[in-house]
Amino acid sequence: MASTTITNAPNPNRRALLATGFALAYVVVAVLALILVDRNSLWYPLYNVFAYSMYVLSPILIISLPIPNPIKFGGLAILLLIVTPMLGIYNNSYMEIAVQICIFAGLALGLNIVVGFAGLLDLGYVAFFAVGAYLWAVFTSTSETVFKLNGWLVPGEMFWVFLVIGVFIAAFVGILLGLPVLRLRGDYLAIVTLGFGEVIRILARNANDPINITNGAQGLIGIGKPPVPDLLHGITNEAIRIMSLRVDNPGFVAQQLLFYLIAVGLLVLIIVISRRLEDSPIGRAWTAIREDEVAAKAMGVPLVRMKLAAFATGASFGGAIGVLYAAKQAFVDPTSFVLLQSIIILAMVIVGGMGSIRGVILGAIAMTLLNLHVLTNLSLQLNALRNVNFIVPIIDFPIRNWPNQLEPAKYQPLIFGLVLVLMMIFRPEGLMPAERRKLELKAEREESAGLDEQAAPQPKGDA
Amino acid sequence: MGAILTVTNLVKSFGGIAAVRDVSVNVEEGSISSIIGPNGAGKTTLFNLLTGIYKPDSGSIMFNGQSLVGKRPDQVNKAGMSRTFQNIRLFPSMTVIENVMVGMHSRLKISLFDAIVRTKKFYEQEAHVVEKAHRLLKFVGIDEHANEISRNLPYGDQRRIEVARALASDPKLVLLDEPTAGMNPQESTEAMNLFRKIRDELGVTVVLIEHDMRVVMGISEYIAVLDYGQKISEGTPNDVRNDPRVIEAYLGRRTTSTEAAQ
Repeated sequence: MASTTITNAPNPNRRALLATGFALAYVVVAVLALILVDRNSLWYPLYNVFAYSMYVLSPILIISLPIPNPIKFGGLAILLLIVTPMLGIYNNSYMEIAVQICIFAGLALGLNIVVGFAGLLDLGYVAFFAVGAYLWAVFTSTSETVFKLNGWLVPGEMFWVFLVIGVFIAAFVGILLGLPVLRLRGDYLAIVTLGFGEVIRILARNANDPINITNGAQGLIGIGKPPVPDLLHGITNEAIRIMSLRVDNPGFVAQQLLFYLIAVGLLVLIIVISRRLEDSPIGRAWTAIREDEVAAKAMGVPLVRMKLAAFATGASFGGAIGVLYAAKQAFVDPTSFVLLQSIIILAMVIVGGMGSIRGVILGAIAMTLLNLHVLTNLSLQLNALRNVNFIVPIIDFPIRNWPNQLEPAKYQPLIFGLVLVLMMIFRPEGLMPAERRKLELKAEREESAGLDEQAAPQPKGDA
Repeated sequence: MGAILTVTNLVKSFGGIAAVRDVSVNVEEGSISSIIGPNGAGKTTLFNLLTGIYKPDSGSIMFNGQSLVGKRPDQVNKAGMSRTFQNIRLFPSMTVIENVMVGMHSRLKISLFDAIVRTKKFYEQEAHVVEKAHRLLKFVGIDEHANEISRNLPYGDQRRIEVARALASDPKLVLLDEPTAGMNPQESTEAMNLFRKIRDELGVTVVLIEHDMRVVMGISEYIAVLDYGQKISEGTPNDVRNDPRVIEAYLGRRTTSTEAAQ
């Protein structure tokens, strides 16, 4: 719990009340900002950047409140299970981003087990995601694969079964990768896992000949979806009626809502599992390995077994999320599993704060928002301005002359890189660091400072 | 009582340099023994060989009726031999009690399933782990710091945490690598009392690497002296103290010129 030290602290109850009031006001303002604006106005995209980002950060705000857990989680449940779906039905792009955030937060938490808890740098994490995604895809895709031709396809109802199978297959692949490479450390492990990630991707690209399993670079289309229960259709229609919206395709909205609920459910499960593992002999062993491998093994921690447990757990999260991702996208191809994807997930972990569950989720929110919401909307804004031939006042610059190559959405890698560099300079421990990680970084810094004893006192000794 | 640890003709070289040459040592169960010798004599290498961190080139290590050669460090720990390190190697960002809890790892029944589902077994075991860790911290006298971050404690206390952590796996034998290094005389006297308590109250056999001759001579029942990787002397403190080879190893040989001068 992030308790801030306050000089002459007032009554803690008053503080909690104030904070809760603020959080409530924040959420209300964010929601109103989202629904009261004219979606056809010229500056809507830019406005949207701020309004939805503000809203999406509210779960983190609520979880950080100094109030009793039942109230906190009650508030969170209302936010995630009522307010967000309503907003998502009101504007489908909000639902889409919410699902993507859950997907990436789940992946980032899986990688966090390996990198943040056990301290093993894995640059090929996306491979497990790919395993889960392809597992569901090959069994349901309408592409002309060997599965289709032999009639091995399964109906969408099997989604739930495959979610579980995905967990175990990915964990198994994690162990398979782990066995030969876990004797390596640090940079070497990173390189080998990077290679492994690429191997899986290239396998997916090339496994279309002589037997067509993955349909190669063309990808698999028409991937099955879990059927929407009638209840959810009813709820969706009711919500549409209450908000008096005009929706062309309520069935699609209900399907999106189902994916959202599955994604939230999976994420909650992943958070609970992460927390429980962290606070257990296994979590302690992981921390021990991360901090001093030699001491850990001399104290009876079986290194290989504990590292495999980390790899398998992280991989299993990736596998489950992969199954969901394939079903939601209805299309997978090898380009979804490139190295950059692994790096983006790693960036979420680092930006948020390695080893800190809350931080990693914040990192996933921030990076996904940046990628799918902020940059996209800035591009939209640019186009909108271009269409009305907007001229920037004072400097008299017509937006129309802004080169196409410099569209914000194309900056993505640059901006991600910049974010990482700035983080490493100003806040290497992440936005919401784990207490432990802060201490470790401090220790490392002191150690390296100790090497040149006479060095001037550090300008920035804070952490 | 018989020997709990029998090392026979142990050899270990690093790139042609023999760090441990043909060392044989017997440690009686329930004894306090010391291994001494000048810097670079191979004492810590011997500890690393015993605990599986290095693999010996040849020779045998029999501990409590089983061979330890080829065993991994965690297996050695499970077999009942635990250790501390010359340069304190605590898990720096963990609290004092968490350090001790890690030390119990080899005695725990751990499955991912129990940890995730939080079975009754899990809660019972965790309660036991916490209770036992406090007991050990009381034993070494730092229970009041249980929830502090270990790296924030003073040096002497960190040594005590290491001892508590080493005892957490219910070992039959602990190897203490220079446990009183850097302590003042009063602290090292307290440490000596602690080592005696480990043997007397817990029944754990203690083997020290030690430079402080006051400590060595004060508590050891058996001493082995290493020099250049070889055992040059062994026996009771008195035997060793008067052994000319030991004096030579520590102080150097009288030169012929001084002999001539006599």
